[in-house]
Amino acid sequence: MTAMNMVQALNSAMDVMLDRDSNVLIFGEDVGFFGGVFRVTDGLQRRYGEQRVFDAPIAEGGQIAVAIGMGAYGLRPVVECQFADYIYPAFDQLVSEAARLRYRSAGEFNAPITVRAPYGGGIFGGQTHSQSPEGLFTHVCGLKTVIPSNPYDAKGLLISAIEDDDPVLFFEPKRLYAGPFDGHYEKPVETWAKHAAGEVPIGHYSIPLGKAAVVRAGEALTILAYGTMVHVALAATVATGVDAEILDLRTLMPIDIEAITMSVEKTGRCLIVHEATRTSGYGAELSALVQERCFYHLEAPILRVTGWDTPYPREFEWEYFPGPLRVAEAISKIMAG
Amino acid sequence: MPDFGYLQLPKAGDAKRPDPGVMAAATHDLAYGLVRVIDDQGAAVGAWDPKLDAETLRRGLRVMLLTRIFDDRMFKAQRQGKTPFYMKCTGEEAVAVAQGLVLNRDDMCFASYRQQGLLIARDWPIFDLMCQIYSNSDDRLKGRQLPVLYSVREAGFFSLSGNLGTQFPQAVGWAMASAYKRDTKIAAAWIGEGASAEGDFHHALTFAAVYHAPVILNLVNNQWAISSSQDVAGGEETTFASRAIGFGIPGIRVDGNDFLAVHAVTSWAAERARTNRGPTLIEHFTYRAAPHSTSDDPGRYRPGDEHKYWPLGDPILRLKAHLEHIGEWDEKRHIALTAEIEAHVDAANRKAQQLGVHGGGPYHDSSTMFEDVYKDMPWHLREQQAELKRFTAGKAKP
Ligand SMILES: Cc1ncc(C[n+]2csc(CCOP(=O)(O)OP(=O)(O)O)c2C)c(N)n1
Repeated sequence: MTAMNMVQALNSAMDVMLDRDSNVLIFGEDVGFFGGVFRVTDGLQRRYGEQRVFDAPIAEGGQIAVAIGMGAYGLRPVVECQFADYIYPAFDQLVSEAARLRYRSAGEFNAPITVRAPYGGGIFGGQTHSQSPEGLFTHVCGLKTVIPSNPYDAKGLLISAIEDDDPVLFFEPKRLYAGPFDGHYEKPVETWAKHAAGEVPIGHYSIPLGKAAVVRAGEALTILAYGTMVHVALAATVATGVDAEILDLRTLMPIDIEAITMSVEKTGRCLIVHEATRTSGYGAELSALVQERCFYHLEAPILRVTGWDTPYPREFEWEYFPGPLRVAEAISKIMAG
Repeated sequence: MPDFGYLQLPKAGDAKRPDPGVMAAATHDLAYGLVRVIDDQGAAVGAWDPKLDAETLRRGLRVMLLTRIFDDRMFKAQRQGKTPFYMKCTGEEAVAVAQGLVLNRDDMCFASYRQQGLLIARDWPIFDLMCQIYSNSDDRLKGRQLPVLYSVREAGFFSLSGNLGTQFPQAVGWAMASAYKRDTKIAAAWIGEGASAEGDFHHALTFAAVYHAPVILNLVNNQWAISSSQDVAGGEETTFASRAIGFGIPGIRVDGNDFLAVHAVTSWAAERARTNRGPTLIEHFTYRAAPHSTSDDPGRYRPGDEHKYWPLGDPILRLKAHLEHIGEWDEKRHIALTAEIEAHVDAANRKAQQLGVHGGGPYHDSSTMFEDVYKDMPWHLREQQAELKRFTAGKAKP
């Protein structure tokens, strides 16, 4: 075990996989010589050479297309999309091609690719460096979607994603790269050094896709969260003093339905939080699942706290970000219900 | 009578044949000209003559003829309601057939829907293709795909998408992987001139050039994209082959109805790729004699008999003329071959129809629709599969 922030943990995951499997290649914009704009691939080209870690032309559609071809050949390419906000040029290749290749060829071909993308807000990136587009991808059958909330999970989940035989979208909450963030932007910036999940094994380990984690056990209420919002939910729980159970979903597709139903059946109350916009967001799916499966255990309506249905406004970061105040209010409302 | 007088067609044998290591900039004449080998008398002339033996030529003729007769039979099957859809490659057979004979069977082909000739050239049974077209109980794609969107990994034929252009850059990725693994397999991709307006075309050329990928990029300019002429894709002021030069890739324009010319140019590009000298863009200049698909009525946008006036003729008749010219073929043999192929196609068709047709079945079990979405079926698909099965129990359809 060693102390790592999320950038180092992700770097370590790729390092481990490059070392173990010569079929693993890494490419994307500025990932080679420079090591990526967030430094996540730092040093990998030096260690593994330009054949395996390299810069790609600024054409996300081309990058994913090429990765699909490589995957069909038998490689395991990992593509860094510089920001999740710039994944849309590759949307067709992901939705029409990567997601359906196994299906349409009846299993003859598959695309075991991993697409990493820094994601989410909290960094004053404005509407083009802050988006949370996971709902666009969880809607697509054939894709898996993973969002870690801490360094330990990030490494174990990324290793699983690379080893997975289906295409995986791996969204990295960029506000968590350097340290946990609970939405209290006015407080000093924290690092991962004091956080238990900042202790990360150096070698290979994996966290299975499709498994949620209970980050706080509780009896009064279930909070479903992922990414940055896990930390916000914790802060709001502390603030309200409510004995909430917080599930870090980690993988959105496939979703860990057992963990969700077990928790909600126990607590009888459910709050869903995500940073992404609200309408037709992933929270709507979660809400429907809970309603369908746990209705007779529910003692209050399911609520959602999400980003507003607007683009991410550059100057109004904290009015937009679904912070602990809004989450705390929703907790109180559900507890009163 | 349609007037093709605007086409400036160089004479057969005129084009120079550079070394396959040529730089892109030096391919200007090839990209703006037209490689032709078979002349008006049926003789093979010039530096691009691939000097094929008579057996290979007769094989090319047979595969092209089989492709055409197969197409006609399947078109008819659509009219009879046995399949909802079909697409012919009539008039363009030389492209896929000559290329299918040049490429090795384990070179991966990322085709469009008009290169069925690749599979037929690789001796993939037409019976199997028919089962896909009928979506019947032997359809290897289990009724999931529109007819003609085949996938045959063991014959080096990549799963066809249906979204135009998407597979063009995927072929580059496959070729990059092959180069990375240091194997000698190459990739080839096909795109229509209409679809070449998509970003995917430009992505493919960029990535192929940047990474020096061992890939043959084929653009089939059959003059038409449904009702839009090649002008709408930007073919009026320049050639499509010339686009390659700006990317740093050699471009060659070839008479796509000339079996020998397509064979020769493809061999040249394959040698380039296999000896690590990089990608090539080939524009196959041809004419879509068929309607776009069974859903199309070309009489509404072009004279119905326009293809008969195409100055580069018909690929089958031209190869036949060449074989006759060199004394290796005659009308009697041609009639016999045609009859033999027709009988073969009819027999395969009868056998395929016995295994089911569109609208009547039998098909694969409908619950197989939940398979292969993921490698392992997640819980939500297992639930949905069980739900469908409750509705279909004891019934043919829900
Ligand atoms: C992305 C996409 N856009 C539109 C279509 C509908 N479509 C199918 S074939 C076709 C024409 C293609 O023409 P071309 O590329 O020249 O190929 P050809 O049919 O002549 O072989 C169109 C517009 C499609 N399949 N995919």
